[in-house]
Amino acid sequence: MASFFRSSLTIAAKDLRAELRTKEAINASLAFALVILLLFSFAFDPTADQTREISGGLLWLVFAFAGALVLNRSFARELPNDCLDALIAAPVSGAALFFGKALANMVLLMAVELVSLAVFGVFYNVAWTRQFWPLLLVLVLGTWGLTVVGTVFSALTVNLRLRELMLPMLVYPIMIPALMAAIQLTSPLVLGQPLAGDMIVWLRLLVAFDAIFTALALALVETVLVG
Amino acid sequence: MRQKLMIVLCGLAAALLARNLFVMLLRLPDEAAQGPIFRIIFFHVPAAWTAFLGFFAAMVASILCLVRKDLRYDAVAVAVTEVGLAFAAANLVTGMIWGRIIWGIWWTWDARLTSMLVCWLLYAGYLMLRHAVEEPTQRARIAAVMSIFAFVDVPIVFFSIKWWRTQHPQPVVWGGGSMDPAYWNMLFLNWAPLLALGIVLAMIRMRQEQQQREIDALRRWAHAL
Repeated sequence: MASFFRSSLTIAAKDLRAELRTKEAINASLAFALVILLLFSFAFDPTADQTREISGGLLWLVFAFAGALVLNRSFARELPNDCLDALIAAPVSGAALFFGKALANMVLLMAVELVSLAVFGVFYNVAWTRQFWPLLLVLVLGTWGLTVVGTVFSALTVNLRLRELMLPMLVYPIMIPALMAAIQLTSPLVLGQPLAGDMIVWLRLLVAFDAIFTALALALVETVLVG
Repeated sequence: MRQKLMIVLCGLAAALLARNLFVMLLRLPDEAAQGPIFRIIFFHVPAAWTAFLGFFAAMVASILCLVRKDLRYDAVAVAVTEVGLAFAAANLVTGMIWGRIIWGIWWTWDARLTSMLVCWLLYAGYLMLRHAVEEPTQRARIAAVMSIFAFVDVPIVFFSIKWWRTQHPQPVVWGGGSMDPAYWNMLFLNWAPLLALGIVLAMIRMRQEQQQREIDALRRWAHAL
C-alpha cells in the first residue's frame, strides 16, 4: 500500500514537473477558461442578480471545458518517444500510474479553477469567498470526479484518431450526475448561503459519484493500459 | 437452425402484436383520466424495459469479453447495444408524444427524462467510439470499458423517479402508481413481441458482425498471398 502511494506520488511529481517546465496544457487551459468567461458576459448581463443565481452552472461549464484540455494532454504527452510504453513497462502497477496521473491533473485543474474563480469574482462582481471552505470542498469533490473519469478516458482514447473530440464527447455525459450536483451546490455557496438542507443530499450524490467512479477506474485501468 | 429460430420468433412476435393491437385498440376501454392516449404506455414502458435489458446484456458481454478475451462477446455487446439504443429511442419518442398530449409540452427537464437522454447519448457515444478504432482487439477492449462506465447511468434512470420529485409519474410496477389488471396484463403481453423483436434484431446484427470478421480475415489472408 505504501509503495502504491509512493509510486503514485513519483508519477504525479514527474507529470507536474514536466507540465511546469513546458506549461503547454495549463496555459492553453487557463486562456481557454478566460475566453469562455468573457463569452458568457455577452450571453448574460454580467452584473444582474440573475447571473449570480446561475453562477454555479457558468463556473462548472468553464471548469469542464478547460478541464478537457488538461485531461487530453495527460496521456497524449507520453506519446512522443514512446514514453507511454516505457511507463507501462516500468515497475509500477497500472493503478498507481493512473492514480499518479489523476493527482497531477487534479492539481492542475484546481489551479485553473481557483484562477477562474478569482477572475469570475472580479468580472461578474461576485464576493464568492463568503463560504470559502465549503466551496473548496465542493470544488475538490467535483474536480476529483471530473479528473478520475477524464484520466481514464484520456488513457482510453490516447491512441485514437479524433482523440481531442472523443474525450469530451464521452466524458461529459458520464460526468452529468457530478456536474449537476456541483452546480446545485456551487450557486448557493457563491451567494454566501451556508451548506445545509437540500445541499447535503447533493453533497452525498457527489461523494457517491466520486467513490463509484474511483473504484471503477482503479479496477479497469490495467485493462485500459495493457489489455 | 438459427435462421429457423429467428423466423419462428418473428412470426410469433407478429401474431402476438396483431392480437395485442386488436385488443388494446378495440376491446380495452379508454383510461378514465387520460383517455385514448394512455394506450401508448403499452409501447413506452416495454421499450424502456427492453432497452435496459439490452444495456445490461451489453455490460455482461463486455465484462466477459475483457475476462475471456474472446471477440464473440464483443459481437454480442455491439449487437445488444445497438438494439437497446433503438428501443431507448422508441421510449424517448413515445414519451415525448405522450407528454405533448398530457402535459402540453414535448420535453421537460426533469430527472427521468434527462437521465434517459443522457443514457441514450452515452450509448450513442459508445457506437461512435467503436467507429474511431480500427484494430478489432483494441476496439473490443476500449468499447467494453466504455460500456461498463456507461451502465452506471442505467440505475440512475431507473431510480430517478424515486430519488427526485419528477413530472414523470411514479412507476406502475413497484409502488406509487396503480393500474387496472386488464391494463397490467396488456403491458406484459405487449412486452413479449417487443422483446422477441429485439432478440431477432440482435441476432441479425451479431451475424453481420461475425461475417464482417470473416471478411476481414479473408482480406488479410489475400493480402498475405
